[in-house]
Amino acid sequence: MRNADLLQYAARVVRGGVVRTALVLLAMGIGVAAVVLVSALGEGARRYVAEQFGALGTNLVIVLPGRSETAGAGPAIASGETTRDITLDDALALSRSLAVRRLAPLIVGLGAVRAAEGADARVREGPVLGSTSDFLAVRNMTLSQGVFLPDGDPHHAAQVCVIGGTIAAELFGTQPPLGRWLRIGDRRFRVIGVLAKQGTSLGLDTDELVIVPIAAAQALFNTEGLFRVLVEAKQRDQVPQAKADAEAIMQQRHEGERDVTVITQDAVLATFDRILGTLTLAIGGLAAISLAVAGILVMNVMLISVAQRRSEIGLLKALGATAAEIRRIFFSEAVLLALGGAAAGVAVGLLGQQVLVAAFPNIPFASPWWALVAAPLTAVVTAVVFTVMPARRAAKLDPVQALSRR
Amino acid sequence: MQSPSTPLIQLTAITRHFTVGDETVSALRGLDLSIAQGEYIAIMGPSGSGKSTLLNVLGLLDRPDSGHYLLDGRDVTGLDDDALARARREKIGFVFQSFHLVPRLSARENIELPMVLAGIDPAERAERVELLLRDYGLTQRADHRPNQLSGGQCQRVAIARAMAMRPSLILADEPTGNLDRHTGQDVIALLEGLQAAGATLIIVTHDPELGGRAQRQLHMVDGEIVPEAA
Ligand SMILES: Nc1ncnc2c1ncn2[C@@H]1O[C@H](COP(=O)(O)OP(=O)(O)OP(=O)(O)O)[C@@H](O)[C@H]1O
Ligand SMILES: [Mg+2]
Repeated sequence: MRNADLLQYAARVVRGGVVRTALVLLAMGIGVAAVVLVSALGEGARRYVAEQFGALGTNLVIVLPGRSETAGAGPAIASGETTRDITLDDALALSRSLAVRRLAPLIVGLGAVRAAEGADARVREGPVLGSTSDFLAVRNMTLSQGVFLPDGDPHHAAQVCVIGGTIAAELFGTQPPLGRWLRIGDRRFRVIGVLAKQGTSLGLDTDELVIVPIAAAQALFNTEGLFRVLVEAKQRDQVPQAKADAEAIMQQRHEGERDVTVITQDAVLATFDRILGTLTLAIGGLAAISLAVAGILVMNVMLISVAQRRSEIGLLKALGATAAEIRRIFFSEAVLLALGGAAAGVAVGLLGQQVLVAAFPNIPFASPWWALVAAPLTAVVTAVVFTVMPARRAAKLDPVQALSRR
Repeated sequence: MQSPSTPLIQLTAITRHFTVGDETVSALRGLDLSIAQGEYIAIMGPSGSGKSTLLNVLGLLDRPDSGHYLLDGRDVTGLDDDALARARREKIGFVFQSFHLVPRLSARENIELPMVLAGIDPAERAERVELLLRDYGLTQRADHRPNQLSGGQCQRVAIARAMAMRPSLILADEPTGNLDRHTGQDVIALLEGLQAAGATLIIVTHDPELGGRAQRQLHMVDGEIVPEAA
């Protein structure tokens, strides 16, 4: 039997049995669509995280208080007694390393922000960030108006701030924000710059930020300890050196105690990558189970088909079809059904992906190419594997028995 | 037994028995039979006498339990399933009482089926199918499916299908069993035409009148061929 004829014969059967075809298409389609969609979710999340960290700035080394054994992305867990703070001077000392281009100490807190003048002094509770003039460069941020925090002694708390676009609009409406004063708690700050729109980064929406000098933030939140120190290495290949230097300097300054965690962007990214990769695989495995269920359905449908078409099989044998040819006929049917189901599944999956993209435009949902290949392939392989038994049964039918209407 | 040319079919001591539960039914009890190329034979006998079983053995659909079967001078008793399938494809055409057309295929496609299975080139297939459709008066019905055809038309399609591979042996098990008398006679006439063109024709029938038209009648009783009607 020629391959083209085989396909045509199988296509006739597939088109003939509407209900069983629809059933298999549905089961296969759901399985394949699940794989496509779930992998799109996983891949989207992975890319989202990667982009978020990418926006953080390049060649970044992050120093945080407390010793985290895993040096992972999670919050530092202190081992031993109380963790010693990282002070502003600790942070500034890091610039001794030759591998460090610049650094930005960081304090983050929630503050009640409102315009200093005007009748409607609406209070906005929002993130307030304390840092230094290098923060802008370290974080790869840009301004839309004005200037950033001034250079100069970081211990000096200048009464200036830089705010995000949303804050500017909410506090001052359509009026130009530059030169205006706002209040955080009981302190006053003059707005000297407005951040350009740059989306979210590490969960903080830059449009909603208020950035004040580090010393002002220390006073505001009544803390000496820094939340983090962002250190930018001179070059990518100097990141490990910067990390080692930071660890050494901090150890030296903390009387030999290794009580800080130094993480690099690469390490964080790798961790996230691993977690999300595992997640994608795990959920992909679940989707594969749904394909296996579809496979069992295929087997049952094919068994019913064999039972219903006994006399046809007998006839084919009488006409000279060999056992191998009978098997090939059933396999072709299964493959056709699987391909149809896979096509429907991929279409539905990609459609679902579009819906996701429309619903969450920030997250780059996209099925990785391997899912688009693996899902249909798995469907076909599943269909073939689960058709082995029915096809064998058909091929083994005794033609005399099959032809007689017993 | 010795004839100048080898007979098409040579059966020696063919037996076939079925076991149902504890009982063994002997459907064929040591049959000896020789059929020459081009003969027209009617197999007759009471129900259960083994006519269909004999036809199935002759058609290589069933294997005898013992004995030897020479087809065209070749011993086919020891052949494996694939070799038997090939022999059926090339040498034997079946006509069944219940037609056994594939319901989803048109008359044309049903006739084409043996050639499709044999892997014959589509162009040649189409040519041969058109000829067959014309020969069997089915051109108008070529695209109809079996459920759109009368019994007689179905059997004509089935005969055309049996002839598609130009077999030397045509086996028909009660080919008129599902047809009215008149239509049945048309079908028999068709089959006889094939025999006249050189094929060997073996028909199982309960109808003594139809059986009488054959050159030779084989009367079966209880798994054996008997000289005259009992
Ligand atoms: N598959 C089978 N299993 C058990 N017994 C069978 C089988 N096939 C045939 N037989 C028995 O073998 C005997 C011969 O059967 P066969 O079908 O050849 O008879 P027949 O002459 O064709 O009868 P009919 O005229 O009714 O078609 C019968 O007794 C039948 O019951
Ligand atoms: Mg019979």
